[in-house]
Amino acid sequence: MKLKQKLAISDSGFIFDPTTGESFSINQEGLTILQLLKEGKTEEEIKKIFLNEYDVDETVLDRSILDFISMLKNYNLIENGE
Amino acid sequence: MEKKKFERPVIKKVQIGMPSKFGLKSEYAPIKEIDGVPVKDLIQQYGSPLYVFSEKTIRETYAEAYKAFSTRYPKVQFAWSYKTNYLNAICKVFHREGSWAEVVSGFEYEKALKNGVPGNQIIFNGPYKTKEDLVTAIKNHSYIHIDHYDEYYMLIDIAEELQLRPQVAVRVNMDTGIYPQWSRFGFNYENGEAWDIVQRILISNKMDLVGLHCHIGTYIMVPWAYSTAMNKLIDLFLGIEKKFNKHLQYIDIGGGFASKNTLKGAYLPGTDTCPTFDQYADSITSTLINSSINIEHLPTLILETGRGLIDDAGYLLGTVHATKRLPDGKNSYITDIGVNLLFTSFWYDYKITPAQEFGPYTEESVVYGPLCMNIDVLREYVQLPPMKKGDHFVISRIGAYNNTQWMQFIMYRPNVVLIDTDKKTHIIRKKENYETFAIQEQIPEHLK
Repeated sequence: MKLKQKLAISDSGFIFDPTTGESFSINQEGLTILQLLKEGKTEEEIKKIFLNEYDVDETVLDRSILDFISMLKNYNLIENGE
Repeated sequence: MEKKKFERPVIKKVQIGMPSKFGLKSEYAPIKEIDGVPVKDLIQQYGSPLYVFSEKTIRETYAEAYKAFSTRYPKVQFAWSYKTNYLNAICKVFHREGSWAEVVSGFEYEKALKNGVPGNQIIFNGPYKTKEDLVTAIKNHSYIHIDHYDEYYMLIDIAEELQLRPQVAVRVNMDTGIYPQWSRFGFNYENGEAWDIVQRILISNKMDLVGLHCHIGTYIMVPWAYSTAMNKLIDLFLGIEKKFNKHLQYIDIGGGFASKNTLKGAYLPGTDTCPTFDQYADSITSTLINSSINIEHLPTLILETGRGLIDDAGYLLGTVHATKRLPDGKNSYITDIGVNLLFTSFWYDYKITPAQEFGPYTEESVVYGPLCMNIDVLREYVQLPPMKKGDHFVISRIGAYNNTQWMQFIMYRPNVVLIDTDKKTHIIRKKENYETFAIQEQIPEHLK
């Protein structure tokens, strides 16, 4: 899964999509996922990182990431064809 | 190394222009405990959902209301409105504080008696009193507030039959300048009906007219409406003094004080718009004090405030059963609290607060109950911090009308707990189970 290439991600959680002019706000967990996706990490790798760093069980994490990615798709923040 | 607390990852589009109908963020801190008892422990011990009442808040709110009136007027009597919340333990707290009982049915009357309220401290209101109800009330010397002519004639018949004199007051309805005007209860002031019934009672001499009563509406946001109502009752009071040389014992101004809940569609939160007890008291008592009533014959002022006294003391604790993304991208929660447990959610936008720590981020959410019915929506639009399956939350100010108008529908009703002033918890109504309902049902022989 690839994020849109030109997506601007600020460290404070502000996202700007220059292709549409739309802006987004995001919480810390969402920001971490976006940064990891930008680094090219896979969904599985992201899950491992979260399980190491956060107090969360695997089912809740799976469910949360699934929902988050559906929102990224909903906002067209994923490269076409992904 | 201690692991970080996990919050569901969320992203939302920044909208510029018109404000969102989801409103602004309203939750800044979790409600982790009620009167010092952790929400988590309450749910662990008594289950979820769970109604929780704070005895401390009930007593403090009563004291505040009583002080507002008694410091302005010499003779004040509160009567607890049973229909607002007739769980016996709740009623008993009010009775211990000095409240009489205000009931509107034979069932409520029975409850008041069983709660130890003497008959002469029960006010019997309402449009539907059966002959049996009236006989009991007359024998117990309760105050019967006459609602219509048929009731009046029924009282005359009973009085003759029993050779007893009922203690009665007349319920008066009137235009106080607010909308809606409650006109279905009692006798109208403006068209002379109220004066007519007063004269009939006094001329027939079959019963003792001891008071006047009105109840102008519910969730009244403007204290001056009570002043208008009081002026009209005072006019009747003085008319009775002048024509019949009779001094009534009391004026019952009813209830209807707003609570701090926010009505659906209101621009500002109820916490900002709800008048204080002092404002209501000022409006009511100054009208009485400044009237032409002789100071020797000032009537007792009776108040039947329900909502204003109990709403703040009640909490409903719940749990997120699932989160679900709706087709339009909105987040939704399926919780274990249905509209059958929170009947008043049809007219209030309830405050829903997570019971655990949360970050600064919020998302637009819809909060559903567990019922397989499309109408089961607790909040249609609300900005909430992200919660996940298993998280707890607290709905505040639910003390009024929910434990009387709740419905057993699809699921059993849960435990109701009282936290006493020593922070001890007590079940005041047990959760229902299959037996609760099985005992009421019967199966005809041919279907067995």
